[in-house]
Amino acid sequence: MVTVDRLVKDYGTLRAVDGVSFTINKGDILGFLGPNGAGKSTTMKMITGFLTPTSGKATVDGFDVTENPIEVKQRIGYLPESSAAYPEMTVVEFLTYVAEARGITDKEEVTSRLADVIVKCHLDSVKYRTIENLSKGYRQRVGVAQAIIHDPQVLILDEPTDGLDPNQKHEVRKLIQAMAKDKAIVLSTHILEEVEAICNRVIIIDQGKVLVDETPEAFKARKPGATIDEVFRDITNKNILA
Amino acid sequence: MTPVFKKEFLGYFRSPVGYVILAAFHFAVIALALYFGYYRNSQATLFTLFVRLPWVLAIFIPAVGMRLWSEEKRSGSIELLFTLPISPRSAVVAKFLAALCFICVGLCLTFSLAITTSYLGDPDWGVIFSGYIGAALTSAAFLAITAACSALTKNQVIALVLSILICVLSTLIGSDWLAQFLANKVPTGMLDVLRLFSFEQHFEAMSRGLIDISAISFYVTLTLAFLGINMVVIER
Repeated sequence: MVTVDRLVKDYGTLRAVDGVSFTINKGDILGFLGPNGAGKSTTMKMITGFLTPTSGKATVDGFDVTENPIEVKQRIGYLPESSAAYPEMTVVEFLTYVAEARGITDKEEVTSRLADVIVKCHLDSVKYRTIENLSKGYRQRVGVAQAIIHDPQVLILDEPTDGLDPNQKHEVRKLIQAMAKDKAIVLSTHILEEVEAICNRVIIIDQGKVLVDETPEAFKARKPGATIDEVFRDITNKNILA
Repeated sequence: MTPVFKKEFLGYFRSPVGYVILAAFHFAVIALALYFGYYRNSQATLFTLFVRLPWVLAIFIPAVGMRLWSEEKRSGSIELLFTLPISPRSAVVAKFLAALCFICVGLCLTFSLAITTSYLGDPDWGVIFSGYIGAALTSAAFLAITAACSALTKNQVIALVLSILICVLSTLIGSDWLAQFLANKVPTGMLDVLRLFSFEQHFEAMSRGLIDISAISFYVTLTLAFLGINMVVIER
């Protein structure tokens, strides 16, 4: 469903992403891990078509992101890191705008999709509030809602549980797992238990390079008895020392 | 394109800023018309409204358009916009048209003076119509300049100052005031060339009822050129 092939992104002399490659299929939940500034968000932004790769290519459902950006964007739901939204709009106005911009033109369909994501993301109590008046947790859920409103084949979620309390985190994880059956999902996170809890694949990226690409079980088995956090620290610290 | 247009246009009315800008514009235009002798001249025309309109537009339009791209860049929502299945060209055109429609609302409000004129006398509606066409074209060109400036920076104040500067300078270069000031200092030929690029000169002809092809092509070329710059900056 998503193929990333030797993706490189340079910012001036800085190489933010250095030859990242992977493939994910329907049903996969890929956990993208790495320290801050490792290149996770940049890689995700290149898959969504927001950034143009310096070299390499990314394809979604057979469409090249650089050559067919519109086709790719139609198939992707994306939650940006900043959960960007328009503060002066109400939740309903914002989600309606995204649905329409995603090409859902039938009014009844917009209404039913809206009702569906409002229930799934527990936004009913705030649906007529302006986004600027929402707490961070609710804003994050609005971000998730806009990413899934068009029922995309591929979901790219940049830190989807950031800013949520433990119960909300649990809800969002359950939602992601429930959607995984017929979607390919890439999510980045700092929370390692999250990977253990919901992902069937983990990629660790540091200084733009993929260090690890395996199942969470294999990842944990690297150092028997240790927590997943310790394994992560070992791998990323080794990379710094190397 | 329609959802972006709708969001942008309605966005002006979601906060008090849009209403404040419209009120300030209306007040400035009417006050200047009265100051320049709307009643004193005893003529059933809108000449006193149109005579200083490019100057008011040179400030009003940057205030309307400064947020077009700067705000998206500052808040990060540009990431959302360009991961929607919308081409950059559609986004640039949709935002431009939405802001232009808002400005046209502002221009329509000044129609109150035209109604007053028709109550007091018998104005030439053709001249008034041509004046409004000129005002809309001037607005479009100023807005394209502002949109391009707004795409350059995430700071709205910088976008505002830069676009006011360009709009005011391009109005000033052909003004009678500058011509008198430079009369004995530079060759007349140079002043004539400057006037070719001046908003005030082209607009003045239209405010007198002359729908001039050279004026229209001046506005349209300038608008398209700056929308092109806007696109290049956004795609960069």
